[in-house]
Order: sequence, then structure tokens, then C-alpha cells
Amino acid sequence: MTTFALIDGNNFYVSCERVFNPKLEGKPVVVLSNNDGCAVARSLEVKALGVKMGTPWFQMQDLARKHGIIALSSNYTLYADLSNRMMSVLGTFSPHQEVYSIDECFLALDGFNIDLTAYGQVIRQRVHRWTGIPVCVGIGPSKTLAKLANHIAKKRPEWKSVCDLGTLSEQDLNTLLDSIEVGEVWGVGSRIREKLATLQIHTVLALKQADSGLIRRQFSVVMERTVMELRGISCLALEEVAPAKQQIMCSRSFGAPVMLLTELREAVTSYATRAAEKLRRQSSVAGAVHVFISTSPFREKNPQYSQGLTIPLPDATSDTLKLVKAVLWGLKHIYRPGYRYVKAGVMLMDIAPAATQQNSLFADEVAEESTVQLMQTMDMINRKMGKDSIFLASAGIRKHWQMKRGNKSPSYTTNWDELAEVR
Amino acid sequence: MLTMKQEKWGGPRPGAGRKPASEPTVTIRVPVSHKETLVALVQRMKTSPPVRIPDWLEMLPLAEQTPPRTIPLMSHSVRAGFPSPADDYVEKRIDLNEELIQHREATFFLRVRGHSMVGAGIDDGDELIVDRAIKPEHGRIVVAAVDGELTVKRFYQRGGAVKLVAESPEFPDIELKDGQEMVIWGVVTKIIKSV
Repeated sequence: MTTFALIDGNNFYVSCERVFNPKLEGKPVVVLSNNDGCAVARSLEVKALGVKMGTPWFQMQDLARKHGIIALSSNYTLYADLSNRMMSVLGTFSPHQEVYSIDECFLALDGFNIDLTAYGQVIRQRVHRWTGIPVCVGIGPSKTLAKLANHIAKKRPEWKSVCDLGTLSEQDLNTLLDSIEVGEVWGVGSRIREKLATLQIHTVLALKQADSGLIRRQFSVVMERTVMELRGISCLALEEVAPAKQQIMCSRSFGAPVMLLTELREAVTSYATRAAEKLRRQSSVAGAVHVFISTSPFREKNPQYSQGLTIPLPDATSDTLKLVKAVLWGLKHIYRPGYRYVKAGVMLMDIAPAATQQNSLFADEVAEESTVQLMQTMDMINRKMGKDSIFLASAGIRKHWQMKRGNKSPSYTTNWDELAEVR
Repeated sequence: MLTMKQEKWGGPRPGAGRKPASEPTVTIRVPVSHKETLVALVQRMKTSPPVRIPDWLEMLPLAEQTPPRTIPLMSHSVRAGFPSPADDYVEKRIDLNEELIQHREATFFLRVRGHSMVGAGIDDGDELIVDRAIKPEHGRIVVAAVDGELTVKRFYQRGGAVKLVAESPEFPDIELKDGQEMVIWGVVTKIIKSV
């Protein structure tokens, strides 16, 4: 019998902010996306006001004034550090862990011959005590059920933040599943939910009891697997080692619209630089790069233009210089003057492990070796001396286009000059 | 009719004469005293097969038969001569993270503002190492969240009374009033001072 636990931080970004700023406790808090655009995390108080995920900040201004909503710019440095601490604490509770996202992870609890609800409480208290992050624990015989259990633990106070579906009789479990809307199931998005509705499947129980063959024909094997998982048959194994990314994307919105090619060149250079760093960190090379620019779809009165171009590379590489050169070449081809660009991005594609790289007939291996060394040196300096200690001059030095982050909290845990203060 | 013309007369007949030696020979001069030894040696080489080096041994040069070497933490390269007497005492350099931090995930650095704890040697501008994993006990210096502020004080817990005690006459103790909430954030384990 397999047993999985899903542990997930409550309103993770908001909780991170509250660790170092107790003033935010009990107050309505939202964390906004890059450029202070939309809500990406909401405290319970804000959820209670009916603010949906992804609501643009300008749309909640009135509500914010009325209820004193505190809006914070996202501080991903802080969230990443607290996430690492949380995952590392959680890792001590099972020999098998899959970090699923910045704020959630699966643990395998197979063969743990103990009271799992009590164990879940220990996990919860330890993470909260050690890192300051409140979490909920969901336990079930499949990953899909563990995720659903986590949802129950979070939404229904009677479970006290830990829900082990294994403690329920088949009948009680079905009653519970009948009370949950089918859209809460892992992998059931809005489009699938609509289609399920046409088949009169509205609750989790209805999906669990649906004819799996019908589901496969109407949807896919993936959905059929979800049905099996709901029945307690584990089909999805734990992925302990995150597979190397097949695509690496780096794109941002600008702080203010950009019209000039020179400024776009700076932006895409620094995005390509960042993406190349990620590429080297996973010891991979890219065979192609994609660059795109676009105007704002929200400013309907302005002329609209958005274009992208994929540039295949003669030799797969992780060399920042070569990638930037390709990206700038592509940018020159897609750039049209006269538009107000608000976004640009770079995507590395065709990614393969550097070790299995095949060189072209004309590759200059000696030069190759020296650029590898140059890149390693660059990465090392930037790791030691801080981000962007050295960078390509084409990334620009003033960076007018950089993001707005008006109300970002300090990097409490990663910058000695920004430690939290205590009186 | 085919006629054969004899081109040459006389000469050696094939197959005639003494059987040839197995290989060409040379005549050498040896000291008389060694003659018997050398004759015996040649005789023995004729009767017993020569020593052969097995193939696998030839395939592996000596260097590759040794396991991959790990690099020692620190050591002198050994020269011919007297080895360094310090070699047996080599140890890893001190790592402050290891010495000062007990629970890596639960440890945070905070900076002190103000003078409420001068009596405990905590001054304005000092950095504190705070471990959230340690249980706060009576008498320890703790960081607590009181009324939305992080504050550093000594934790007093005796006979049902809980308070935070400042170590400066200018600051009153913080006693929990009704409806007031206090959360112990972590326990101070070290103070970092600049001198």
C-alpha cells in the first residue's frame, strides 16, 4: 500500500512576509506580481473580501482603501530562502521527498506503521516552529488523494490542518468526496470541469465513480489515471530528482513602456544572461533560442505588435556570449520602431545535457574549452560577489526598463545589510 | 613435343646435407670458468618453454590498476627526506557556520536597535544569532513578537506569570495584558559585536 503526504505552505508568500514583519499578522495582505501588477498571494483576510487570484492591483484600489489592504511587491529572494529551509525540514520526515513547487512537496510515507495524523501534526508544528511558515498536511494512498486531502485540511477547520483520508471508512470518504466540487481535483482545470459538467459529473465522488473507459475516450489517459488515483490506486510515482528543464524561460514586463531598440537590446541581453546561468547550473546546453517582444494588450488604443523568432544554433551551447549574439540578431529582425513595448523575453530550447553534446564538423574545440572556462569564472564571480557583479556591457548599465517594485520588503535572510531589526 | 633445356649444371641439391639449426648461430668467446654455466643455460632454454607475460598484465599499465585517488584535506607532498612532523595533526579549518549554528534551517540573523538589553551585553547595532528550534525557557534571552514588533528581552516564566524583562532601568518589563498577544519568535544563542 502506498501512502503519500502533501505538505503545502498556507498563503506562502504572505506567510514569508509575516515571519519578519509581525505587524502584518491578522491584517489583509496581498503580494503583487512583478511590476506590482496582479495579486499572486492573498492572506485569508483578503480571500474573505472576495479578491481572486490574479486580480490586477488597480482593480482593488477601492477595496484596498476601504479595508486597509496592505500590498507588497514580491520578494522572491526571501521566498526562495524560506522555501529551501521549509523543504529541508520536511526532508527529515521521510527518506523520499519530491519538491513539487516553491511551497509544496510530497513525502512518501509507505510502511510508516504509526498514527499518521499525529505524525502530520508533528510535521506541521516543526515547520512552523523552525521556519515560521504555517503549513497544512494532506495524506492519502495516491498523490491525487493526498493533494485533495491537503485541500480539505486547509478548508475545513475540524481537521485541524492535517487530513489523513486513510482514517475514513469507504462510506465516510465517499460522503466527504461528494461534498467537494470536482474542480478541486488535481489536474482538473476550468475547461475539463465544464466538459465534465456536460457528463453530469459535478463532484469528486462522481468523477471517482465514473466509467474510466468513458473518461479515457472523452478526455485522455491522463484523466483516466486521475480517476484511478481517486479510487486509491496510485499511478503517479514520486519524482525525487526534478527532471532537467526542457525549456528555460526568462521574461519580464518593463517598469515603463520601451520604444528604442537600444533599450530592448539591454533587456533581452540580461534575460539571456540569466537564462544561460540557469542552463549552466543544470549542466545543459541549448540548441536554439527564442526571443520575443510585445506591446501591452491592455492598452487597446495603442497600436499593437508582438512578434517572436526562434534562432537555431549551429552548435548547442551554454555560452552567454553566443546566446546573446543569437538573441540580439533575432531581436534586430523582429523589432519594429514606433511601438510601445511592455514585455520582452528569451527562451532557451532544445536543451540537452552538456555531456552528450555533439559538435558540428567545424567546431573549434580549443576555443570551446576557453569559453567554458570563461563562463565558469563569470558564474563563480557572480556567486561570490553577488548577482551581476560582472555582466555583458550590452545589458546596459542604467536599465531604465527595469521592473517596478515599489513596496518590496528587505532581503532579511540573504543580505547582511538588510537584516530584520529587533528592539 | 616439349623440350626442356638444361640451363645450369652442378650446385647444391635441395634437401641434401646437415639439418639446419633452429636459428642462425654466432661464435663467441667466453671465459673458461663460465663455459659450463652458459652451456647448461642454453640447454635448459631448449627444453623448457620461455616465460610469457600474460596478456591482461600487459594491457594494464601499473598506474591504472590503482584505485582513483582522493585528494586529502590538506597534506604535504612527501619529498624524499624528512616528512613534516605536522602531518598527523592536520585538521579542517574552523567553519563558523558549524560552530555557531546548531539548526541551520531554523537559524536567523537579526540586528539590534536600541538599548533595552545593555545589561545583558547587547548593544545598539549588534547582530544576534537566533535559533527558532530551541525551546524558550525561563531565563533565556529571546526574540518575541509583541504588538507587531520584534523585541529582544529576557524570558521570565515563574508560577504562572509570563513576562519579558528588559536589562536596562529605563525600560519597564513587558507583562502580558488581557487581549495582548505575545509569540516567542526564537532563542538568542550568540551576539555578534563589532569592536
